[in-house]
Amino acid sequence: MSYCRCIASARVAVWALAALLLGCGATASRQAEGGPVQIEYWEKWTGHEGEAMREIVDDFNASQNEIHVNLITVSQIERKIMLAIMGGHPPDVAGLWTHWLHILCERNALHPLDRLIAEAGLSLDDYLPVFKVLLSDRGFIFALPTSGTSVALYRNRQLFREAGLDPDHSPTSIAELDAIAERLTVVEQRRDGKIVRLPYTELTAAEKEARNFRIVQMGFAPAEPGWWTMLWSTWFGGALWDGEEKITADTPENRAALEWFRSYPLKYGLDNMRAFASGFGVFMSPQNPFYSGKIAMVLQGVWMPNFIEKYAPDLDWAAAPFPAVDPAMNPITIVESDIVMIPRGARHPREAFRFMTYLQRPEVIERLCLAQRKMSPLRQASPHYLETHKNPFLPMFIEIARGPGARIAPRVPVWYEYMAEINAAYDKVGSLTATPAEALAQVQRRVEWKQRRAQVRWDAVGPARLREWSEWQP
Amino acid sequence: MRTAAKLRLRNGLLFISPWLLGFALFVVYPVGATFYYSFCDYDVLSHPVWLGLQNYRDMLTDTVLWQALGNTLLYAAVSLPLGLALSLGLALLLNQPIVLRPLFRTIFFLPSLVPAVALAMLWLWMFNGQFGLLNIALETFGIKGPIWLGDPAWTKPALVIMSLWGVGGGMIITLAALQEVPRELYESAEIDGARARHKLWHITLPMISPVLYFNLIMGLIGVMQIFAQPYIMFGGNGGPSRSALFYAVYLYENAFTYNDMGYACAMAWILFLIILGLTLIATRATRRHIYYAGKAK
Repeated sequence: MSYCRCIASARVAVWALAALLLGCGATASRQAEGGPVQIEYWEKWTGHEGEAMREIVDDFNASQNEIHVNLITVSQIERKIMLAIMGGHPPDVAGLWTHWLHILCERNALHPLDRLIAEAGLSLDDYLPVFKVLLSDRGFIFALPTSGTSVALYRNRQLFREAGLDPDHSPTSIAELDAIAERLTVVEQRRDGKIVRLPYTELTAAEKEARNFRIVQMGFAPAEPGWWTMLWSTWFGGALWDGEEKITADTPENRAALEWFRSYPLKYGLDNMRAFASGFGVFMSPQNPFYSGKIAMVLQGVWMPNFIEKYAPDLDWAAAPFPAVDPAMNPITIVESDIVMIPRGARHPREAFRFMTYLQRPEVIERLCLAQRKMSPLRQASPHYLETHKNPFLPMFIEIARGPGARIAPRVPVWYEYMAEINAAYDKVGSLTATPAEALAQVQRRVEWKQRRAQVRWDAVGPARLREWSEWQP
Repeated sequence: MRTAAKLRLRNGLLFISPWLLGFALFVVYPVGATFYYSFCDYDVLSHPVWLGLQNYRDMLTDTVLWQALGNTLLYAAVSLPLGLALSLGLALLLNQPIVLRPLFRTIFFLPSLVPAVALAMLWLWMFNGQFGLLNIALETFGIKGPIWLGDPAWTKPALVIMSLWGVGGGMIITLAALQEVPRELYESAEIDGARARHKLWHITLPMISPVLYFNLIMGLIGVMQIFAQPYIMFGGNGGPSRSALFYAVYLYENAFTYNDMGYACAMAWILFLIILGLTLIATRATRRHIYYAGKAK
């Protein structure tokens, strides 16, 4: 190849590269002409929950010819959505969890829905009271629910029977929970050179003190499954925030929750519990400690029968409200919700909201909740929904979510950081490397520091942000 | 400048322009931007808010950051020398004229090809307190193995053991250097009555010292940025009592979980300075012991 031809080829290559780069930016803004408006919906759920939503989306697409929803299941959606918004190409609808709503609002990642809700004639009074709070932030509504959940105590009735306990009775106080858990705990102890398997309650005082046994089965383990560990204080009358902005980590109620948490390793032995827990399989596997009968009682959501059916179909189980420290406080639960929202910069907000409105139809919500084994966020439930739901304890889950004991995770801008800190505190206290007072003092200090940093930002952008939200025209 | 020279310059620049463009877009701009953002509160979606030195001041009192830095330095202090020693030892052994030498070389090198994610998943099971192969092996010697990944005292040793699994890369480089050592040096030493340890100390190590130095610096840079294995095995919170929370993991959490990109950028610049400082110290400490052929000592 001659020198000149070589130079010419290089020029062509440079221009081709430039054209390619420019072309990449242009493709995303193309819209098929004449056909339905294409909207993109990112959904966090994969697996069967994702499939259930896909069926709903397919029905919506078939029900009309103006909008076509393209459902994409996205893992780690909360991180990717931020990058997509920053890049100027967010989806039109995003499906996340409520505990992300406040964090996303704080970063101006969402459009407020108040105007669209008013135009569509939707009313938040149609939902259980706790959902009103879950869907809004700083006076604006940012999301609509697709399914909800509350949590309760699941128990293995077979293990109750084997321990001589009434399988139909669930503990009504934390003290009773601990006592029942003790009776359900089975250990292997060396006696006279032989290993014997026996209930924990049959150990001698000296054997209990020595903690030189191997745990085979536990009645209850506060660190399992670990999803709501940071909210244990809820059942002790505590709260991690004052309902507004103030962090209330270091309180007597929260210290009591941590004292209770560490009473387990103190009683059963830290190393014994670690060795026992190291044999647990992941949640969605037959080796999950509850499905496999290693743990007799566990805090779980309304969806649990889904997995019991799959991984332990013969399990004889029941559910009841998780007991509070004082029976007078019962029933207490934590409510969460799957939600859909419109990310900032979405190209078709009106069409996106039309799809979201479709998801709010009672028959659609109930169908989705039946498929995902969740709880409907609506006040009214049809007999068909109540009768055909796979969780026979659904009325109890709805009742506790409806009642005054329904609690939600703190809605502070630094909730993710808060969660990491409070979990670290439980971890340290559970590892017997810090006292509850020390651990909570550190949480309080660190989260207040994070809160101060968030406040600096809000002070700088807050007024403009509120104005932008109130003036936003879809 | 003559016309021909100008033409050559223009064509030269044209040839390297894709690289220059890429370098400017993907290196110079991001690095410069992180420096600016390190003085701001920046959550990616909104405009950065200028904070001055606040991020750097906050780092001084961030106890978790100090714990993460301590974990990283401790891990580096143990893992790096062990890895270097092991890769050198293996290279020396595999440089001996033994039967099936290529096969052994392949076997020792293969683990370093396993991707970090697969490696972490594999070792999660190896270190399992109840069913892990490691504890089962220890039990055959009557030793009760620890709860490797559940006990704060054992998480870092577990990661160090795991890091030794990947010494094959350093071993291969050292092995290549060993084969470059002139045979006549050994022959002369043998005529003078040198024993194996003398040859190792006075010929082999000086002759491969530039490669050992290279392994040291690259290992140092890598070990200070350890991320994938601890993140997969322990998550962003750093395992029990944050005993496996490393600097890069905490940086990632700040950047992509908390969206505190300004603080994460400040952390990144401090990490850069720490690595630069350690590299300079290592260079200064080893300068007298590095022998470059063709260069007067």
